[in-house]
Amino acid sequence: MSQLLEFQRRLSSAVMQPLSRGDRMRRSARNQASMEREAEALVKPNSRLSSLERLEIYNQQYWFRILSCFAEDFPGLRAVVGRARFERLMRAYLAECPSRSFTLRNLGAQLEAWLRRNPEWIRAAERLALDMVRLEWAHIEAFDSACEPALTPAELERGLAGGRLNLQPYIRLLELRYAVDDLLIEVHNREHSEDTSSNAAQDRLTRSRVRSYAKPLPGAVYLAVHRSDDSVYYKRLEPVAYQILEAIGAGRSLREALDALLAHNEGRGTDMISSVQQWFANWAELGWFCRPEPLLLARTSRYA
Amino acid sequence: MPANRFNGFTDYGAGIGLRIPHYRHILERKPTVEWFEIISENYMIDGGRPLTILDRILEQYRVVQHGVSMYFGSAEPLNRDHLRRLKALVRRTGTPWLSDHLCWGSVDGRYTHDLLPMPYTFEAASLTAEKIRQVQDFVEVPVVVENVSSYAEFHMSEMTEWEFLNEVVEQADCGILLDVNNIYVSSQNHEFDPFTYVNAVPAERVAQIHIAGHSKYEKYILDTHDHPVIDPVWALYARAIERCGRTATLLEWDDKIPSFEEVHAEALKATRYLPAPEYSFLPASERMAAEAVR
Repeated sequence: MSQLLEFQRRLSSAVMQPLSRGDRMRRSARNQASMEREAEALVKPNSRLSSLERLEIYNQQYWFRILSCFAEDFPGLRAVVGRARFERLMRAYLAECPSRSFTLRNLGAQLEAWLRRNPEWIRAAERLALDMVRLEWAHIEAFDSACEPALTPAELERGLAGGRLNLQPYIRLLELRYAVDDLLIEVHNREHSEDTSSNAAQDRLTRSRVRSYAKPLPGAVYLAVHRSDDSVYYKRLEPVAYQILEAIGAGRSLREALDALLAHNEGRGTDMISSVQQWFANWAELGWFCRPEPLLLARTSRYA
Repeated sequence: MPANRFNGFTDYGAGIGLRIPHYRHILERKPTVEWFEIISENYMIDGGRPLTILDRILEQYRVVQHGVSMYFGSAEPLNRDHLRRLKALVRRTGTPWLSDHLCWGSVDGRYTHDLLPMPYTFEAASLTAEKIRQVQDFVEVPVVVENVSSYAEFHMSEMTEWEFLNEVVEQADCGILLDVNNIYVSSQNHEFDPFTYVNAVPAERVAQIHIAGHSKYEKYILDTHDHPVIDPVWALYARAIERCGRTATLLEWDDKIPSFEEVHAEALKATRYLPAPEYSFLPASERMAAEAVR
């Protein structure tokens, strides 16, 4: 192993080590090794700061930065679980799931899976919290995923006749148990974002303001998280409409999707056809359909 | 430096960073700005508002890309996905040069998202230079590296920071983005003379200069980009311009961002020191004479 790699492993381990309760550098590592001795081995002191104090600046900067970004990405989860629990939850998540991407955008990519493995963090409102996390991650993905050229009316007609369509890459379909969309809209109205190239993150944590929100009532919600004019919207869907879009998103032919629906809605054929026509007209107007790709991955998300 | 191979043979003056709070002002009022610097990573995405805004900016302004996570100094190999996305953005913006930091920030696939200072060793210099060359070959535009501000020095270092910078840019044959605020911050934190640093930099390789404000704490200075530029940093800037000639200069203001007018006015203070473009090819003494005649 090169000296540089060994050095970087030791230093990053120290920098990424969780902070103490008072947001100071811990005096011992997870393996009980003295951080003071580790700092002295790596970092020179100066006339004002000890080795540990200089290392602590980086330790604090690391955590302040990623906590600030994470809190900015999941204000809805914070509203659901409360500020104190959210603070502990995000520190535990980020300690176990550090960033593996060059962009902070992906910081919360593992959050839903992590919460399912660690439900004690959301025990008081598990389903509500999971719904919120799924919606917030869908929002992040809908915001900056690709947009393919929408089908023209003629192309759409051919696609319908040929039986295959493709959903825009930015669309996310969610089957939820709570109306978290209303809650998240309320929360987002009080948020803002910014970009930076400084390597300082000293005071960003102090900015967040947490208010109390009314808990949404339980009830199935079918949602398309989509984008129009570069803004993300949450469009509620009829359950049948959701199933059709989910089938299209999963790469099934239009005939397969519609046949299955009609089979499950016997006696409602005429009403159903009329509704389906209206839905397709609306979705086409929103530009939700694009040309099929050979390898289509499902972009739906259902609760377990 | 005036037009040269490290800045894509351009002759830019004072620019500012393109930041979200100023989007509306820029798009609606179309102020005169020499050029904008963007944070590459904010636009290395597949679609959506950031790219729409960027395309509208590109219709009317010159844009230069500045990265924050290439981590030339990390011991691990370059991230190929990052490189592919970066190249796509380079083609979109037509950036004449591409900058990122002389630092490290990831190890074993885990990212700190910080600009961590290098241990100034010959091994690190060679590895860093090799990675800069790889990036330059891949993106096919000049790559320039920026000195970072730092709060720690390491026992394993074998040279000063400016010696390390020189070693890297010579081996990589790349340009420099000289951040005079970062030099000032580090000089206060590490107790060296910042002019020694500025005087040691190979002037012919300086493609761009950064100026910014910072925050002073009891025992150290933090590079926060949230204040106007202070006089000692302007003095360093003046010395850098004296050595390098007219150089593309960018004011960084990333936190507690004031109005567009305030940020732009602060950036334009740099023009007090910048020679006019038409005399920039002359040596300092002849340039001053030409300016006096004008």
